[in-house]
Amino acid sequence: MQDIVKTIQGVPLNHYILLSAIIFSIGVTGVLIRRNAIVIFMSVELMLNAVNLLLTAFSAFSNDPAGQVFVFFIMALAAAEVAVGLAIIVMIYRNTNTIDINVMNRLKW
Amino acid sequence: MIALVWLVPLLPLIGFLVNGLGRNVLSKGVLGFIGSAVVLGSFIISVLIFNELHSSPQAAHVIPLFDWIQAGNFKVPFSFQVDGLSAIMLLIITGIGFLIHVYSTGYMHYDAGFAKFFAYLNLFIFFMLLLVLGSNYVVMFIGWEGVGLCSYLLIGFWFTNSAYASAAKKAFVMNRIGDLGFLIAVFLIFTTFGSIEFTEVFSKADGPGIGAGMLTLITILLFVGATGKSAQVPLFTWLPDAMAGPTPVSALIHAATMVTAGIYMIARSNILFTLAPYTLDIVAVIGIVTALLAAAIAITQTDIKKVLAYSTVSQLGYMFLGLGVGAFTGSFFHVITHAFFKALLFLGAGSVIHGMSNEQDMRLMGGLRSKLPVTFWTMLAGTIAIAGLPPFSGFFSKDEILAHAYEHNKLLWVLGVIGAMLTSFYMFRMLFLTFSGKFRGTHEQEHHAHESPSSMTIPLVILAILSVAGGLLNVPEALGGSQWLHEFLSPVFAASTASAAHGEPMDHATEFMLMAISVGGALVSLVIAYFRYGKSGHVPAPDFGPRSFFAKLSYHKFYIDEFYDALIRKPLDAVSGFLFSVVDKTGIDGLVNGLGKGTVETSKGLRLLQTGNIGFYIFMMVIGILAILVYSFIKI
Repeated sequence: MQDIVKTIQGVPLNHYILLSAIIFSIGVTGVLIRRNAIVIFMSVELMLNAVNLLLTAFSAFSNDPAGQVFVFFIMALAAAEVAVGLAIIVMIYRNTNTIDINVMNRLKW
Repeated sequence: MIALVWLVPLLPLIGFLVNGLGRNVLSKGVLGFIGSAVVLGSFIISVLIFNELHSSPQAAHVIPLFDWIQAGNFKVPFSFQVDGLSAIMLLIITGIGFLIHVYSTGYMHYDAGFAKFFAYLNLFIFFMLLLVLGSNYVVMFIGWEGVGLCSYLLIGFWFTNSAYASAAKKAFVMNRIGDLGFLIAVFLIFTTFGSIEFTEVFSKADGPGIGAGMLTLITILLFVGATGKSAQVPLFTWLPDAMAGPTPVSALIHAATMVTAGIYMIARSNILFTLAPYTLDIVAVIGIVTALLAAAIAITQTDIKKVLAYSTVSQLGYMFLGLGVGAFTGSFFHVITHAFFKALLFLGAGSVIHGMSNEQDMRLMGGLRSKLPVTFWTMLAGTIAIAGLPPFSGFFSKDEILAHAYEHNKLLWVLGVIGAMLTSFYMFRMLFLTFSGKFRGTHEQEHHAHESPSSMTIPLVILAILSVAGGLLNVPEALGGSQWLHEFLSPVFAASTASAAHGEPMDHATEFMLMAISVGGALVSLVIAYFRYGKSGHVPAPDFGPRSFFAKLSYHKFYIDEFYDALIRKPLDAVSGFLFSVVDKTGIDGLVNGLGKGTVETSKGLRLLQTGNIGFYIFMMVIGILAILVYSFIKI
């Protein structure tokens, strides 16, 4: 365990932050510009994991395991979310034969 | 007996309750009997009280009944004050009230609202008695408002006729204007004297710390109250319209009792008024102006009740003139005699109207002397009395007022004599138009015209006797009289006569000369009226017939109603219209509706943001998060 922490600390913190920011931005961009619901989901996962990475890094650098505990919670939550989200997408696909989110524009007024 | 004075107003109140509640149960005979009997009961008690007071004269008996309001140092005991002034008022109200109740049993016999009428009449008597008996300004004010209410109810007795209903409203509103003055005066009296009891206020009136300015203000406000109730310029126009009520009401309320409440109130507060000479001058001027104006209107009116109404206004003006020149006894004497002869004249007019099948226009009467002999002779007595010819009652009372006016100011006296001449003229004009000459109505009316039943003629005869003999109450010394009324009322007016004593009394020669001039003037008017309306049978022109300028002015009541209309009602209407259409409709409604509409319109615009496009939602979300980030960076 100590080795892992040491290994993580082997890379400067700035690099983690930068990497997380890049991954997060890719996720955001993916959510914004893609129309396929599955891809959007994947982008959301990217964003979540960018945050997870950052939390782990901060946790290691500040010698506080609480950050890693958070990461576990987030992963569990993401799994649940994906389960529900995929179920919704499956139902939408069965009804409309498409998973293009621009078709699903009835959610108004 | 004086301790039982509370019975006097209680009996009419019981009568009101019984008649009011039993109006659908009791028969007309029972209703009329109860209504008259309670007033007769009050009259008998009043006579006993008067006797006791007369045999043992004392300044004033105050009979406390109970403490009504008590808050801090503000106390309103519900108590009655019995002295010469209130005792005489009791006799007038219950005595004449009783006669008029009896008369009403005949006059109103065929009216559907018989029970209601007697209930109202009893209620009126109750409030009027409260007004004159109250030992403080608040109890007086209750009575004051109460008689105003009854006056409203009785003027609008035939309320299905919208003109009558609006006459009632007019009377009520005009009285309210005056009542406000009275009310403010009562407040000022309390703050100035720390009490509203008559005895306390009057004993402190000339004490230290009471400014003359304050007294003048109080008395002027009291007088404003009196102008409303007693129909003086500028609040007199309601009284002629009040003739819309049944004739017994006109006789009782709008001639004999209620309208003299203002005079009673000033006579009651005579000490305050004596200490405020400016107010007295105003009272005198308003009085003479009213007397002349109303008399000038009366000489061309064609409605028999309108003539009497303006005559009442004019006589009330005389009473105020008397008060203004310090002739408190004379003024009150005129209240008494006026109650006799004006009640008589109104009831006589009612008898004529009754005999003529509800015709009030004198142009359609004439020659009724043979058909209504009792009415004619009694009305003749009343007319001579009001015209001021000796030895009838009006002569003595009017002469006393004029004599005091002469002492006070010669101009007032001259105007007073002119007023007396006008009075004599219009009254004899009315008498000749109604009773002499040829009949001018329809054939049917002529055939139908009949003398009234005895329930109506007996009160007429009694009142006629009183009108003839009433003057004996206060025969002046010059004519060898004892001035009984003056002596009887002297405790009430003692303080005023003491502080207003001026010079030596008038010598008898001057007094005889003044009498001769006013009697001569009245006789001249009589002769003119006789030649114009009695002998040559002149009949006034129809409503829009040709008239000389002055006759037209007088016939249309000097356009005072129109003047008020233009000066007060129209601007008020315009302001109300402005407030309604601009301030209320566009301002307040606009604000409220605008808020509603604004919300709807804003929502309509914002609604378009909800496109249902998920990408757009997410984009907005990201923008939002970025904005928050940027904001927190800037903040740091």
